[in-house]
Amino acid sequence: MDQASLFSLLSFGPDGWGMRFVEGLVVTVEVSVSAYAVSLILGLIGASAKLSSSKIARGIADVYTTLVRALPELLLLLLIYFSGADAIKFVLSLISEDFEDFEVDPFAAAVAALGFIGGAYMTEVMRGAILSIPNGQIEAAKASGMSRFLTLRRVILPQMLRYALPGMGNLWLSATKDSSLISVLGNTQDLLFMGYRASAVTKHYGFFYSVAAILFLAITVISMIVIRLLEARLNRGYK
Amino acid sequence: MDESLSFFLSIAPTLLAAVPVTLTLTFFSALIGNSLAVPVAVASLSPNPLLRYPSAFYIFVMRGTPLLAQTYLIYYGLGELLPGTWVQKSFLWPYLRDGFWYAIFAFSLNTAGYTGEILRGAIMAVPKGEIEAARAYGFSKGLIFWRVTLPRAIQICLPTMTGETILLLKATSLASLITVWEVMGTARQIQKVTFRVYEPLIAAGLLYIIMVFVLTRLMIIVERRINRHRLAPV
Repeated sequence: MDQASLFSLLSFGPDGWGMRFVEGLVVTVEVSVSAYAVSLILGLIGASAKLSSSKIARGIADVYTTLVRALPELLLLLLIYFSGADAIKFVLSLISEDFEDFEVDPFAAAVAALGFIGGAYMTEVMRGAILSIPNGQIEAAKASGMSRFLTLRRVILPQMLRYALPGMGNLWLSATKDSSLISVLGNTQDLLFMGYRASAVTKHYGFFYSVAAILFLAITVISMIVIRLLEARLNRGYK
Repeated sequence: MDESLSFFLSIAPTLLAAVPVTLTLTFFSALIGNSLAVPVAVASLSPNPLLRYPSAFYIFVMRGTPLLAQTYLIYYGLGELLPGTWVQKSFLWPYLRDGFWYAIFAFSLNTAGYTGEILRGAIMAVPKGEIEAARAYGFSKGLIFWRVTLPRAIQICLPTMTGETILLLKATSLASLITVWEVMGTARQIQKVTFRVYEPLIAAGLLYIIMVFVLTRLMIIVERRINRHRLAPV
């Protein structure tokens, strides 16, 4: 097959794969953004737990980050995907028998699994960032009579963001790439899954996997530009 | 619970037999990938734009696309190109049908990109005075690189490389998706045969935790050995 007809396979018409790849790109971005949001919440909880005075909270957070970072992402994804679905089904079956054949939304399960994985890495990034805020700042806030919540909102969070941004940016880039793992679940229409489908149907493996890779690269390029702009904005007081 | 334990024991030998596959994948990918990282890093620091730009682009592509996409591209892409060419008739063909070699190829190229970027930073961090001292002794450019710049750069980035090696060990689980029966692939195979969802995955997870722990310990020994001149004499 010559070059021109290869690219005609990518057309946006009913016979082309163009539109499917755009849909895949949208799913990949949606999964990444949702999983990243989950990991931000878990990261903030995890970092607070690691820095808390409660031994139990510290212990749980340590087990969480150590386990997640020692296990392959693929294994964790499958484990959480299956167990999360089973747990929800079990709870629902206790409530009513109507939920017997309830199916967990694969999108939600994948987001939960990816977010859980990202949360462990986010915990470490946020812990480091909170520790880099000079202690005097927090003492000054206390001396000015700020409540704990106000200190968090006005002093810790805004300054922490500046220190955490490089790590958070890297984790966002990992989140977009890790989202490709959900293609192995076989029921999510993400970018890599589209590459898999298109190449299996047309037998042009090299071409369609390259298309998927180029689209991932596009996500990375745009993300890097946004991260650089955010960094410049957060560091504007330190030039 | 008792029944679960006996199930764990029954699948343990099969899973343990897959550990060497995971370790060989990691070892060869780290060896080839880190060796390739040296020319990648050197080229990315070269004043010659014909070396610098391709190297920067290579690092960018390897770090900017998912490893799974790279693995599929190499496995299925080469699998589409190679049959029907001279390669099929050569003595290498029996090996080239095996996913194992494609996995090593893909992981090595990926590692070369990531480590190349780390090494680039480390080479730039080598103190200028040390290179000037070597020059003052009349070292040639090549000798300076092999005797001063590279060893010092490796020393500087070793802790980061430890982390990268552990990431690589975990990433070898992706080889299960291109028919390599390492620990992850074997666990999924057991899942399919026994219709048990959790036990094979949990058992495989335990093996990964042990491997990561042992690898971390080993790398600490290597780090200590390389930095032995900086440690206090005992």
